[in-house]
Amino acid sequence: MTRLLVDRLTVRLPRGADRSNAIENVSLSVASGEILCVVGESGSGKSVTASAVMGLLAPGLAIAGGGMALSGEDLCALSPEAWRGVRGRRIAMVFQEPMTALNPLMNVGAQIGEMWRVHLGLDAAESRSRALAALREVNLPDPEGALRAFPHELSGGQRQRVMIAMALALEPEVLICDEPTTALDVTTQAQVLALIKDLQKRHGTAVLFITHDFGVVAEIADRVAVMRLGHVVEEGTAREVLTNPQHDYTRALLAAVPGLRAPEPRELSPDTVLEVRGLTKTYASRGLFRRRKPVRALDGVSMTLQRGSTLAVVGESGSGKSTLARCVVGLLGTDGGQVVIGGAPLPTNRRDAAQLVQMVFQDPYASLNPRRRVGAQVAQGPIAIGVPAAAAMAEARRLFTMVGLDAEAVDRFPHEFSGGQRQRIGIARALAMKPEVLVADEPVSALDVSVQAQVLALLRDLQDRLGLSILFITHDLRVAAQLCDVVAVMRNGVVEEAGPIQSVFAAPRSDYTRSLIEAIPGRALFSA
Amino acid sequence: MRVLKAYARSPAALIGSAILLALLVMGLGASWFYPNDPLGLAGRPLQWPGANPRFPLGTDPSGRDIAAQLFHGARISLLIGFVATSIAVVIGIAIGAVAGFYGGAIDTALMRLTEAFQTVPNFLLLLVLVAVFGSTLQTVTIAIGVVSWPPVARLTRAEFLSLRTREFVQACRIQGLGDVHLILREVLPNALPPVIVYASVVMAVAILLESALAFLQLSDPNVPSWGNLIGLGRSVLRTEWYVSAIPGFAILLTILGVSLVGQGLNDALNPRLAGGR
Repeated sequence: MTRLLVDRLTVRLPRGADRSNAIENVSLSVASGEILCVVGESGSGKSVTASAVMGLLAPGLAIAGGGMALSGEDLCALSPEAWRGVRGRRIAMVFQEPMTALNPLMNVGAQIGEMWRVHLGLDAAESRSRALAALREVNLPDPEGALRAFPHELSGGQRQRVMIAMALALEPEVLICDEPTTALDVTTQAQVLALIKDLQKRHGTAVLFITHDFGVVAEIADRVAVMRLGHVVEEGTAREVLTNPQHDYTRALLAAVPGLRAPEPRELSPDTVLEVRGLTKTYASRGLFRRRKPVRALDGVSMTLQRGSTLAVVGESGSGKSTLARCVVGLLGTDGGQVVIGGAPLPTNRRDAAQLVQMVFQDPYASLNPRRRVGAQVAQGPIAIGVPAAAAMAEARRLFTMVGLDAEAVDRFPHEFSGGQRQRIGIARALAMKPEVLVADEPVSALDVSVQAQVLALLRDLQDRLGLSILFITHDLRVAAQLCDVVAVMRNGVVEEAGPIQSVFAAPRSDYTRSLIEAIPGRALFSA
Repeated sequence: MRVLKAYARSPAALIGSAILLALLVMGLGASWFYPNDPLGLAGRPLQWPGANPRFPLGTDPSGRDIAAQLFHGARISLLIGFVATSIAVVIGIAIGAVAGFYGGAIDTALMRLTEAFQTVPNFLLLLVLVAVFGSTLQTVTIAIGVVSWPPVARLTRAEFLSLRTREFVQACRIQGLGDVHLILREVLPNALPPVIVYASVVMAVAILLESALAFLQLSDPNVPSWGNLIGLGRSVLRTEWYVSAIPGFAILLTILGVSLVGQGLNDALNPRLAGGR
């Protein structure tokens, strides 16, 4: 039976926004025991839909038309008090970021137990025993210990399991998951998806699952609704939408999903441009009272990058890949080992190092100074090494055209650009120094999938035209497969496996690499 | 542009600006409105406001025109407020920026210095400075600036601490830019908004400090400041209270104006608030 019905819902945005309605005439329905995936890129209105259903619209947003019903009961007519009875008890939610969704000052047992104490008025002992059972159900190792643990003592995946246990505590009719696995590592993501699917089957919960990742959709969805700019453009069963998309936008999104096919092997130059030799970096615990053990972020890491090729460093969070990137560009000092570029050790002088190695950052919003014109930010590096200002600005214009931006855009400020455009500016800024090596630290992981594909294509094109040598840091094997010649898989500060990407994909030697490949969501669908 | 628009939309900011503008006109036009020496004897002492049409705000215990002192005092109060604030903000930003940007031992040393200043109540420190260096207008202004910088330094340091690790600063390091460029061009413009807002608080406090000094008759007795006038009225407070009340009200209005401008700036410079309106 239909649990949640959203009928031609329209949510108005405050005046002065980029469009008048956040969502327009959105109709969705979720039956019990069914998972409906709402897919869309940023700005599609998928999260607004979720918060409308929870009755938690952000200030300034208002329902302008249409209705919502929970098991036949009109949700739009509820008073704030009535909403409190619905939220948590009948509609529950799992958020993207489990660390900020949990109260850092309450232990896990108290937070889960609160659900029964507040909603059902159970006493402490009873809610504790129920919390224990709930933690057992989400397969937390050592549920007794987890009850006493504080959120920061758990890993990201464990915290998300706690969130799921809390959400399902009162057997809600509808569970809303807002990108619940986006912040998790790929292996953890696979486990959490399996857990959600399993629990949903057992409890017969209706699940509204918000995601931007078609791989996740392929893993979990029964039905799919594709959203774009506030409209549902296509809806159907997962099989139909994924294998036989009707709408052009869906087709474009699916085409942009990186496949798992390794690229054709290329002839690599015998000339080594970057060599990392036995790099070691330890984050020591500082201060008198810090009891934390020192962390070995890099433990004897060695790798080489051939001129004109791309070396992907793949790893999950905590693998040391970002530390490696920062050591290679000289942002972090090392405790041992050497970074050799073009035959000589990386100079300690900032200005000399700048002409050998440059970096593209992960977050396109944080990596540009919001208060300076973008052209000046691209030209300032060359100016600092003595290029006349006029020549540097002319070069900046040329680079803007090269990365696919309007040359006149140099006079604008960062907020006037989209995320993908900002990442292009970041690439132009790095290229302005004419570096021997370009280090790209997760350059596409903050971007929508269609934009991701464009930026990867740009990098590949620039490599062909300029003979760039790229050290590409990523957590996503699918992205690595788009661009890279050689891959190095890192784990806990050690290189687990390295080799040409074709052979690593076809016949991974390490168990860890194999588990990484197997955990890729939607592998069955997209590797074909 | 966006900031200006947001500023103009806030009623608090407009009222504050109007008050400050009126004071500015009073101060700048004082010699035109009252060309005679405001400290010269003008008539019979202690005439109530309105009693004599020549003195709409009355006369003080020495027979000087209160209205004339009020107009000329506006000039002194605004001058002291502005100059002392500039001194405090420049010292505070310099120390806070260096401490926050470099961290480590430099930070520790500079912050201990800041704390040393903060542990002494700043009015006491001001009294000591004035006692040692004398109470001319210049020394009083500089002394107020010198005791007011520690909070500015702490605020600037906190902003620098969070901004220096941001990716755009790292990107500039990788581009090979020097520390001076990083501090002045990259970090400082992003750290300024809260400091500018706080400067309005510093200015209000500077005006109050000068008045307090004058009340104790430790400020420059040769200039017609509001504080001096309040100090003069102290001896006749129970009978002719208006002598203290009129300049007191002027100080109140000025502080209100400065605070409202500060609040308007805060709303305008904080993008989240400006967007939410």
